[in-house]
Amino acid sequence: MASGTTQQHTGILQAGTPAPEFTLHSTPDQTLALSELRGRPVVLAFYPADWSPVCGDEVALFNAVLPDLQELGAEMIGISVDGVWCHAAFARARNLHFPLLADFEPKGAVARQYGVYREADGVTERALFVVDENGSIAWSYLSPMGVNPGADGVLRALEELRGKRDSSSTDGTTERRPSPSGDRGAGSEVRA
Amino acid sequence: MSDGTLMPPVNDERDHIQGPPSAPVTLVEYGDYQCSYCGMAYPIVKSLQRALGDQLRFVFRNFPLRDSHPNAEHAAEAAESAAAQGSFWEMHDTLYENQEQLDDSDLVAYAKELGLDPAQLARDLEDGTYAARVREDFRSGVRSGVNGTPTFFVNGVRYDEGWNDPDQFLRALQSVAAST
Repeated sequence: MASGTTQQHTGILQAGTPAPEFTLHSTPDQTLALSELRGRPVVLAFYPADWSPVCGDEVALFNAVLPDLQELGAEMIGISVDGVWCHAAFARARNLHFPLLADFEPKGAVARQYGVYREADGVTERALFVVDENGSIAWSYLSPMGVNPGADGVLRALEELRGKRDSSSTDGTTERRPSPSGDRGAGSEVRA
Repeated sequence: MSDGTLMPPVNDERDHIQGPPSAPVTLVEYGDYQCSYCGMAYPIVKSLQRALGDQLRFVFRNFPLRDSHPNAEHAAEAAESAAAQGSFWEMHDTLYENQEQLDDSDLVAYAKELGLDPAQLARDLEDGTYAARVREDFRSGVRSGVNGTPTFFVNGVRYDEGWNDPDQFLRALQSVAAST
């Protein structure tokens, strides 16, 4: 593992930073812009490559945790430098229920903006971001390349966001847009 | 990322447990019955149990990755249904010894082979009687930092040293036993 290469990018964007806007292909004929998801939290999972064993585990885990993320009102997105056709085959093989975006041309441009591109290897780091409903990074985490980061940190970050939403729900700045997964009303608390 | 601490801790009322409460080492596995790595871990856990005897308490919790393993969810529910009939571990072992045959008709057949009420098990699968219980296990695993299957916890702390070398795993548990 080329551990010496981690110094080459400027560092993963930290909480409090505005999340850089991007528009990437989610399928050969569709694109998705981060700003389209404004109004609800977004989980961005950067991962090095489709098909590699640890990534497989990681996407399978997030796929399985998806109902809990949706209960917390969040959108889930995976990003790697793989192309759309590769993503399509990977998503089909793994039966994934969240979009995989292709940071393919110019290669790794979005990963660079988030400070998670590995120049020497030509792939993105294994990194997680939670972007809040206003488009700011609420939480970020850089995982060792070979380690599946798990989903507990993401869930905790989303719960904190929900706590803030609930406590400020009267000031008018946190209007809730219903998520596609439907209602996240009382009684949907994810228990530890 | 995770502090790798088992949440909630082992609960005598709720968990499926082998070995005495007085054992100095408690090993918890989050597993998926259709996962081939869990299948590889199954005889390793058995060997640890043989080697450590009363020194080891073993707990199994469900972590089915259903989109990767289409039969994993019902297999987990079948084991819980068997548990309600008093035969969790018999079903657990049967499932790991027959990982290639885990569709619903197989699960019902195993209930019959184990002397359980197969119609009850079939109804439980149909009704999803134990789906919530399985999901609860899954969620507790996510919260505890489970990042794939199998994931093990030793006395409540995630074991990241690699379980697939049985000798190393045994030595790790022996040293915990000695220091407890």
